[in-house]
Amino acid sequence: MSVATQDTAIRTGRVTRTLIYLVLVLFALFYMLPLYVMVVNSVKPLEEITGGGMMNLPVVFTLEPWAKAWSSAQIGVEPTGLSPYFWNSIKMVVPAVAISTVLGALNGYVLTKWRFKYDTIVFGLILFACFIPFQIVLIPMAKMLGLMGLAGTTWGLVLVHVVYGVGFTTLYFRNYYAVFPTELIRAAQIDGAGFFQIFWRILLPSSGPIAVVSIIWQFTNIWNDFLFGASFAGAGSQPMTVALNNLVQASHGVKEYNVHFAGAILAALPTLLVYIVAGRYFVRGLMAGSVKG
Amino acid sequence: MGFLDIDNTTKSYGAVEVLHKVDISVQEGEFLVLVGPSGCGKSTLLNMIAGLEEITSGEIRIKDAVMNGVHPSKRNIAMVFQSYALYPNMTVGQNITFGLEMHGTPKPERDKAMKDVASLLQIEQLLDRKPGALSGGQRQRVAMGRALVRNPDVFLFDEPLSNLDAKLRVDMRTEIKKLHQKLGTTIVYVTHDQIEAMTLSTRIAVMNGGYVQQLGTPQEIYDAPANIFVATFMGSPAMNVLPAKVEIENGRPTAQVILHDGSTVSLPFSQDNMKDWAGKEILLGIRPETITDEDAADRKSSNIAHMTNRIVVTEPAGSDTFVTMTLGGKDVIARMRSDANVQAGADFTFAVNMEKAVAFDPKTEARIAP
Repeated sequence: MSVATQDTAIRTGRVTRTLIYLVLVLFALFYMLPLYVMVVNSVKPLEEITGGGMMNLPVVFTLEPWAKAWSSAQIGVEPTGLSPYFWNSIKMVVPAVAISTVLGALNGYVLTKWRFKYDTIVFGLILFACFIPFQIVLIPMAKMLGLMGLAGTTWGLVLVHVVYGVGFTTLYFRNYYAVFPTELIRAAQIDGAGFFQIFWRILLPSSGPIAVVSIIWQFTNIWNDFLFGASFAGAGSQPMTVALNNLVQASHGVKEYNVHFAGAILAALPTLLVYIVAGRYFVRGLMAGSVKG
Repeated sequence: MGFLDIDNTTKSYGAVEVLHKVDISVQEGEFLVLVGPSGCGKSTLLNMIAGLEEITSGEIRIKDAVMNGVHPSKRNIAMVFQSYALYPNMTVGQNITFGLEMHGTPKPERDKAMKDVASLLQIEQLLDRKPGALSGGQRQRVAMGRALVRNPDVFLFDEPLSNLDAKLRVDMRTEIKKLHQKLGTTIVYVTHDQIEAMTLSTRIAVMNGGYVQQLGTPQEIYDAPANIFVATFMGSPAMNVLPAKVEIENGRPTAQVILHDGSTVSLPFSQDNMKDWAGKEILLGIRPETITDEDAADRKSSNIAHMTNRIVVTEPAGSDTFVTMTLGGKDVIARMRSDANVQAGADFTFAVNMEKAVAFDPKTEARIAP
């Protein structure tokens, strides 16, 4: 395999190669710049930033802004820091990701291995969910949450994200299971396994790569969501993104840029972590089924 | 009443009927092979016996119990799939006992059954491995072990050897036959390979276009094929089928066949009923191995005819030499001894064992003699 890739790579001279790497390094630096600004400024005292040295390395190194952003910064009216909202986000993200992934897997299983009449139309309709803009569902969703008594609660947000995410997770799992050998399902049927036994014992253990794709996708989207959080969350269920906005947009007092930078990094850390831990499965899972071997 | 009855069974997808009134009765301990080209409906029929496909009309009975609508796991059948269908996430041992586990067999019994089967198939050393770490032949054995462990009434095999390389396929073929002789189980086996069908079966159902063309023992199918499809599908190289005209000579019916130079040779029939076809065109079927040189002709045959014809091509294959000639305007293949003195372009006197010749009606393609 690796031999084949080497053979198909374009052969270039040393000068061209140097040029290519130069351009690549420049692009990499350019893309790293925002992260650099954020990290550098989150470990400086405020005077160093307001003094005009945005791009400079810190003269005095301090973790004070991080501590403040986490536990004592003014969010709205309460000086709680971001920590309670961080837990709000976790309480929302974990069940929402888990439920939407399991539902997507079940949908994919049914749509590929328990075919029924008009199943492609059903799949098409589910797929349609991927293309509906967030804004369209805001008002009907608010009404529905109110009717169900879930308005302003974490479970309300979980429901919204599950409903919105099932379209994507179904798409992933359906395409993955479409190339899963049906003979295995038939063998299990003859062996006497039922619908859920086949799902748990045969299908799910072989779904690692696509489950990782689904989890990363759902985790990133739900964690980063602002609109639903801002629209449907109550005082006790606001997620991290909304709190970060409240921290940064505060219209009174001094703008503590170093705290804002630290808060923004804190808000982005979990998704970064998920990518680092599971990222290499991500591409593998996305490619699964498209290329043989 | 057989052990497994397929009674006037049809299968339709919407308005399209893909299996037409199949009627087969299998006795206990029989090895029935369903053979035919792809798309003939043989796998569909097998899946219907397994319960993986619904039966549109008719009945399938196992031990006189109607199986229509019965769940696959409740039919007491086991199936070996073409891809083996081993569960990739389980070890060999778990694969073999999964069915027993699903049927609620207690663990000690499962382990004992697994050990028995493993020693029967000589796969004890593989029990803790995953299917991904096995070779093709090993996977095949595990798949058979999974079927055997349930001790089913009927075994179903869906082209189990087609994923193996040629040599292993021959070995596993013998293995399956040995296993059948040892256990005396009832087997329905699907293949498109006519040699597998001939070697394994006690009876063969040759299928084409959703019809059972002929049902019979391998010998019946080979010697008295019901029609031209069966005649040419079974046997390798295929039976030669060539136009001939029936004429009565000295009170005996003969086939008049045109040689390469346009002259006619007269090949006498062994069957008297060919007199009814006097003066008419027929299609004459001659198996390659019944055209030989004089020395290799069957001594027991009462009807050896001779003809001198030009050899077009010779193909030495080691054990035999295949000789192609033009007969009745067609390429006809003869299967000669490897040391027969044949040369391309030369004339040669062939001995034709007409006792084994088959005649077909050119319109219906059905056999008229023997």
